[in-house]
This record gives sequence, structure tokens and C-alpha cells, in this order.
Amino acid sequence: MILGIAALVAIFALGDNLNRDIDSQAATLIGADLDLSSNRESTPAAKFIIDSLKKEASAVSEEQRFASMILFTKTGGTRLVQLRALRGAYPFYGVMETSPASAAADFYTGKGVLVDQTLMLQFKASVGDTVQLGTLKFAIAGILNQAPGQSGFASTIAPAVFMPLDAIAKSGLSQKGSRINYHYYYKFNSGFNTDELVKRLETRLDKRDLDAETISSKKESTGKSFADVTKFLSLVGFIALLLGCIGVASAVHIYVKEKVKSIAILRCLGLSSKQAFLIYLIQIVCIGFLGAVAGAVLGTLIQQLLPVLFQDLLPIKMSTLISWRAIGQGLILGICIAFLFSLSSLISIRKVSPLNTLRAVTPEGSQAKDPLTWFVYLLILAFITCFARLQLSNWLQTFVFSAAIVISFAFLYGISALVIKLIRIYFPYSWKYTWRQGLSNLYRPNNQTTILVLSVGLGTAFICTLFFVQSMLTSRITRSTDPTQPNMILFDIQSTQKDAITKLTKSNGFPILQDVPIVTMRLQEINGFSAADVRKDSSSKYSPRAFNAELRVTFRDSLTAAEQLISGKFQTRINQARDTARISLEESYARQIHAGLGDKLLFNVQGMLIPTIVGSIRKVDWNRVQTNFRLVFPLGVIDDAPQFHVLVTRVPDANASAAFQQKIVSGFPNVSIIDLALILSVVDGILDKIGFVIRFMAGFSIITGLIVLISSVMISKYQRIQESVLLRTLGASRGQVFAITALEYFFLGAIASLTGIVIALAGNWALARFSFEIPFQPNWLAVALIFLSISGLTMLIGILNSRTVLSKPPLEILRKNS
Amino acid sequence: MGILTVANLGKSYPSAGHPLTVLKGVNFDITAGSSVAIVGPSGSGKTTLLGLCAGLDRSTTGNVVLNGVDFNNLGEDERAKVRNQYVGFIFQNFQLLPTLTALENVMVPLELRGETNIKARSLALLDKVGLAERANHYPTQLSGGEQQRVSLARAFSNSPQILFADEPTGNLDTETGEKVEQLLFDLNKDAGTTLILVTHDLELASKTERIIRLKSGEVWSDEPIALQHGQ
Repeated sequence: MILGIAALVAIFALGDNLNRDIDSQAATLIGADLDLSSNRESTPAAKFIIDSLKKEASAVSEEQRFASMILFTKTGGTRLVQLRALRGAYPFYGVMETSPASAAADFYTGKGVLVDQTLMLQFKASVGDTVQLGTLKFAIAGILNQAPGQSGFASTIAPAVFMPLDAIAKSGLSQKGSRINYHYYYKFNSGFNTDELVKRLETRLDKRDLDAETISSKKESTGKSFADVTKFLSLVGFIALLLGCIGVASAVHIYVKEKVKSIAILRCLGLSSKQAFLIYLIQIVCIGFLGAVAGAVLGTLIQQLLPVLFQDLLPIKMSTLISWRAIGQGLILGICIAFLFSLSSLISIRKVSPLNTLRAVTPEGSQAKDPLTWFVYLLILAFITCFARLQLSNWLQTFVFSAAIVISFAFLYGISALVIKLIRIYFPYSWKYTWRQGLSNLYRPNNQTTILVLSVGLGTAFICTLFFVQSMLTSRITRSTDPTQPNMILFDIQSTQKDAITKLTKSNGFPILQDVPIVTMRLQEINGFSAADVRKDSSSKYSPRAFNAELRVTFRDSLTAAEQLISGKFQTRINQARDTARISLEESYARQIHAGLGDKLLFNVQGMLIPTIVGSIRKVDWNRVQTNFRLVFPLGVIDDAPQFHVLVTRVPDANASAAFQQKIVSGFPNVSIIDLALILSVVDGILDKIGFVIRFMAGFSIITGLIVLISSVMISKYQRIQESVLLRTLGASRGQVFAITALEYFFLGAIASLTGIVIALAGNWALARFSFEIPFQPNWLAVALIFLSISGLTMLIGILNSRTVLSKPPLEILRKNS
Repeated sequence: MGILTVANLGKSYPSAGHPLTVLKGVNFDITAGSSVAIVGPSGSGKTTLLGLCAGLDRSTTGNVVLNGVDFNNLGEDERAKVRNQYVGFIFQNFQLLPTLTALENVMVPLELRGETNIKARSLALLDKVGLAERANHYPTQLSGGEQQRVSLARAFSNSPQILFADEPTGNLDTETGEKVEQLLFDLNKDAGTTLILVTHDLELASKTERIIRLKSGEVWSDEPIALQHGQ
């Protein structure tokens, strides 16, 4: 229980500190009071708004952000980066942290570029080296350690390079079809209400495709995403706590059984059943409180370590202040849990009769007949549900989580009952005595089968799930390293560059696996409803979001291998120029915009309106390394629209890849390249970091499971020793007693871990089938290793617990334990 | 030569930093097939002596020779083997394995020997003590008298040459105690087993052939029952 409370206190404190840090650092997250952004070049109307705001601002700054290639001229290394071309004194809040510290000032005066530290490390570059961006060469003014709103995590995926915006035009990086994000940063005088300004301008901004972010909206969105993370981790911690609760319930059950004689004596002396119940209730609640205090202290200590795990994933600096709120929550939880999970055993105290003093044997009371027991179970269920509701956003999720907990526990309980029944029915009478005795201990009175299957089974299910999910994620990526699959994607190729790049690729001996034209457009109307209509009508089934996105669309006359037609007819080409095109939608996109066969969609292709009808719906396998599209036009409609191209190829090795990338960057500086091998290593690193965070949390559950295992073995120690000593008295050799003990715990561990593995296999099969949509291929070797490790560990704990019996004379042990 | 020879036997335990002597200089020899009672007040060392005679503990001084085997020369496993081969036990608090049924408890000594086809023999023994009907009951489902009868059946299951009984009727009411007592002597007579009985019940002790009296860890008297009765 202490560990469960510790996990939750640490997570609650993390959440508290994150909220506080986001509050205090929100301004540095966005770096300005207002960030207006758009993914298209501003129209005169948009420009009017942008310029008019400049008059109210005390400082303005402008940025163009896009993916581009960087070339380190000294080593010839190239990589796709996030280029941030800046004009003005942004950030207005927070600072660009650079090495040397003076580099930021140098950058603002136009002396070179700032390069992210991960890039500098990767290409072993130094300050003063030259890099090529587009057609221009720049000196590296400094290393960028931290920019406003940029997390270590984000810079691993797309490291940032800051360059002067004025140099963009000459660099040749900005071409037709280039996917540029335009940002306009404003700083207002203190006291200025930016949120009110944005509210006032909302409709106009929407109309001009301008998104507005203020300090308070950034605070809200960042806070929300991290609240989601901490809530998820709280649920993982809560499961660790529930495992501890099983331990609490089992310990109190045994404790109460041992105390029946004492209670009966007290009852003889005039103690009422209520008083007897209260004595032990107060005792257990006090122990629960002490456990909760210990958990809170441990959790607070663990919280100091959490920044080491999370800092890379966060865009803010984490503090580790003691959270009294989290400690309070932990204490309340600890007391509630000690109370609730001991209650089912404690209520049986009311039924202890004074007659027990006269009986040589204490009869087992039937708790199932006590209606209060069911009331206690209901209380526990209500407690789990309430806790889950506090962490989850709606009742459906709460219900699913609580149901999953109840089903898992019921399944584990059911399995242990089934195993006990099966062993009794199909008992192998022909086996050797020690094997039979070890096996039969699983169903004999006072057996530990249920408690161990619950605790060890759940722990195993956890370990396996983590393992399976991680291998599923990596298998998705490693499938792309298959030698038959493409591994390099060139994009942002202008139509005028297409032939030359194709020729260069072929001359290097690489195949052209795909050559796809891409046209950018926006959805203007769905069945005659525009974004403005939808916004006005709150009951409309269409979402305004459907109109916001910039769509990248292709045109062709056939389906690719990754596509499958699920309804309608795929139109290959329009018959006459005046015909309305019948486009094909990807199924989830169709669902998202609420469009079906026959619906009329009007697109704005860079100023030109093109009417279409939904002619077919496709299913797309997004896992393939190739270009896939939500929208496909037939030939003859947008063939001449402004477009860029994507070329997919396969390079044989890292050296060939580097040499080819250098040629492309030198000859076609605006073209960007995705090197899958690099992406693979980056994603692997990220998965490792995320995996570590999850493993850290799951570690609490596993350790709790082990502690429950050790304590349940310890609880039964005296009974086991008594039995083993008796066997020794009757002539059993050390080997026989050892074999019986080892086999009993091996069977227990094996059943518990197998049950956990079955749960994990079923759950992960469902995950693979319905969520990841990939075939589930568990690594059976790893499964076997997990099975052997957990069975072996359970056996080891059991043997260690019984070791005194093996070496000492029987009378000596009995005397020591009496 | 007797089945059990005890020579200069002594036992002491560390207590509060000093050795506490429980037994000292105990000597006796018991003939096969005889019945002997060890009596004495509480704390006189009766149970300790029984434990040493059965090889359940190691002596501090002297030695115990059971059926020609000197316990001092044996390790734990070898002594366990001797117990399994030659010894039967009956305890005051029955000492049945709570996780085994009555029948399984009776079968244990034979199981440990690796014998086969033991179910019928064990059932026959339970039948002798009048509990064949309750063979599949667990100890908690049996009364004290019934548990002691199961204990009797178990003690005789391995056809022991010597039976150690520690206050066998101590936890039973008079009527049940008498029944168990009768059963003990009858089974003992049928099997021709040597009986070592530890008790403070002089009436029970008087039913044996010889009484060894212990006082403060030493043999105070060791006489045949006839002499004690002044014959």
C-alpha cells in the first residue's frame, strides 16, 4: 500500500507542479502576448488585420516556419530540420538560450544562424562552421539550447535552426507549394487585454484563415495535455495501489482469524460486538494512516526524481516543490483504502461468539451470508469508480476503466477457482508423493492460490502488456527497414525540378518507387454549407474544423496497393472538362467531415473553386512507407493546378544515402528529404524515453505485486513451518520437504503468471487488431522468459521462506515459533 | 539388548545468556515390546526427554541409541529416516496436518517411504479406530477425540517398533480420554509395539509396565509397575 500511495503522491505532486510551472512560464511558452499564424501567405485582407494590430503593439516580430534541409559544409552532413526564419526581437518573454550566451544577440544583428544542440552534436559541428540553407551559406553564430515553447522531445524529431527572415527570398527556399507556417508575434503594453482583442476579432480572423494563440489559451491547451498525461499516470499508480489493497485485505483477513480467540475472551469479559469491531477498526485505520504517511514521504522523495524522467518531454522547466495538496490526497486515500479493504474481514468480528473460548477449534464463519459484506463490496466499487471519474474526462471512460478492473479481477479470481476445481477433478494420483503434495496444496484449506493468482497474475499481465505494446510499436517501424520497402522520401519538388531529380535518382542507381503530384487546397463547402454557415448553426452536423485544414491532394487513375475500395466507384478520369469530378475519400476522413457517397464538396484550389461529388470511399493502409492521401481526384481536373511532387525511392545504405542527400541539397536546395533510417533511430530513442516513463510507473505495480507475494508467503509462514516440521517428525527428508515447498510455489507462480500472460495476450491481440491494425505476433521466446522468471521468483521466495525448516532439528523450530 | 538405550543424556538451552539445564545424566534401557511411562511434574523435562529419544532434537551430552542406531552419529535426514522406519508418534495436541484429510494424514508416513497401494491399509486402520466414515474430513471438521483417533491410526500406519505418546489424553475429556486410552493399549498389544508414554496422569501411567519418574531433569526413580504397587 505504501508503494501505491507513494506512486500517486509523486504523480499528484508532478501534476500540481506542472500546473504551477505552466502558470508561471506560460508567457515564455509562446514568447509573445499574441501569436497569429496561418499556413498560407496572407491575403490583402489578412494583411490588413496583421498590420492594424501592429499599431496597437509595443513590439512585433515575424516568422516563417517550415521543414527544410540543412547541409554542414565541413562534413557534408545533411538533415531535415525545422527552419525558423525570424525578423524582429522575438521572443518578447523568455530568452533564446545559446552557447555562447552572446550568440542570440549576434543572431539578431544578422550575424549567422542558431543551430539546435542535437544537430551540432550529430554532425560534430562547432560555432563558426558554415551551413548551407537553400542556396545561401551561413556561419553558425551559436548553439541553440532552448527556445521558447520548444521541448527537448520536439527538437529530437525536428531540430530547429533559426535564420534571418530577410534572407529567405534570396535562399530559394520559398517556392510555389512550399508548406510554410507564417507567424506574427505581438507584444502589447501591460494591462492590455489580449484575450478580449482576440474575442473581438474572432470572426474576422477565422474568415482570413488566421489562428490566434494568446498566453491564456496556450496555458489552457498545455495544461490540458499535461493534465491528460498525469491523469493517465495516476490511473497506472492507482492499479499499483489496488494491488496493495489486495495485500491489505489478505493481511487483515489472516490477522482477524488469528485474533478470534482474543476477541472471544474479551467478549466473555463483557465486550460488546460493536466495541470489538471498533477496537480493530481503529487499529487498522491507524496502521493505514501510518502506511499513508510513509507512502507520502516516499512519494515526495520520488517526485524529486521525476524531472529527470520528464524534462526532455516538456517545453517548460519543471520545479519540484513539495505539494501539500498531493500529500493530503495521499493520506486520505491511504486511510480510505485501509478502511475499505479491511472492512470485509473486520465485519466478521461482530460475529465472533464468546463460545469460541470453549471450543478447541474455531469454526469458519460464512461471510457470504452477511449482507454487510455485499455492502462493503459495493462501497469498494463506488470508491474505485469515484477515483477513476476524478482522473478521467467522462462517465463512459470511467465505466470502461472500472469495468476493466472488475473484469480483470473477476477473471483472475475465476481462473484461480477454475484451476483449483480442475486440479481436484483431474488430480494426478499416479504422480510421486512430493509432486502430489505440492500440487494438492493449491486447493487445500488456507491455500494461497487466489491471492497469488490475483497479485502475481495482474503484475505479470502488466509486464507483458508493456512488453507487447513496445514491440508492436517498434515492429510497425522496423517493417519499414524491410529491404523491399522504400526508405527515402523527397518532397517539395517543384514541377520544373521533377525531371532533373528523377534523372539524378536513376543515375545513382536508385529506383523511382513512387512519383506523386500534390496539390494543396481547402474545403470551401459541404453540400452547400460553408464554414460561416456551420459556425452560425450550432446544430449542424458539420464541424467548422473540416474547413480549416489545408488538404494535400493527388490525382491519378488507379488505386495503389495500399488502398482498397469499400464503396462507390473509383473514377479514373473525367470525361469532359465540364463534368463534375467524382472524388475518392479515405474512410476515416469521410467520417470526420460527415461526408458520404453523392455528397457535394466544393474545394478552393489556391483561389479557384472546384465542385466535386463524393464518388467512392477507400480504406487506406497508413502503415506502408509511401504517400497516402485522404482525397484523390480523377485525372483531368487539377492536373494543371500549382503543385509540387513527392518522389519515393530506396537507397541501399547510409553512405549512399548521405552522398545522395548532399547532391540533392546542393542542386535543389528547396527539396526536403526524409531519411527513414534516421527517423527510425529517432523514434526508437523517443520510444525508449516514453517506455522508460511507463516502465517506471508500472514498476510500482510490479514491486507491489512482489511485496504482496512476499507478504502472503510470510503470512502463511507459521502454518507452513508447522506442517513442514510435522512432516519432518514423521520422517520426511529435507529433500522431500524442499521438493514439496518448491513445487507448491512453482505451481502457484506458474498458474499466476500464465493467467497474467493469457490476459495480456488477449488484451494486446485486441489492441493490435483494433487500435494498431497490425497482425499480432507475440514474441514467444520473451513470453517463455517472463513465465519462467515469474514462476522461478515465486518459487525462490517460497523456498527462502521455508529454509529454516530444512536445516534445523524439528523440536528446535517448533520451540522457536511457539 | 533393549530397543532404546539412553546413556548419560543431558540437554541445556541458552537462557538470558546462561545455559539452562533441562536434563542431566539420564540413563535407562527399554526392552522391545514393553510399555513405559515417563512421569513427573510440569517442567521436569519429560517432553524434552521424549523429543531426544525420538531424534527430534540433539542432546547436549550423552547419547540415544534407537534400535541399534546411535542418533549422535546421524544427520537430520538420517534421523528422519529412522523415525519413518521405526517410530510412531502421538501428541497431546494431535498434530494432524490441517491441510490433509483424515485418510491422507494416516497415509503420510507410508507416502514418505514411497510405498504404493497404501489407501486400503490406511482405511483399514481408520476403520480400527472407528473413523472409516470420516476418512475425507479435514481435522477442523473432527472433534478432539476423533482427531486423536486419527493420530493413533497414523502412528500405527508405518508399523513402528516404538511408539512415543506425549500426554495422549491431555486435551480430551475423561470419557473420550478413556476410549482413546483403551484404543492405544489395544493397538499396541496387537502390534507388539514398544510404548513410551509421557504423562503426569498417574492413573494412565499405572497401566504401563514400568514408570520412570523425572524431577528437575533427573531420573528420580525407575521401577517396574509391580514394585510400585508394593508387590
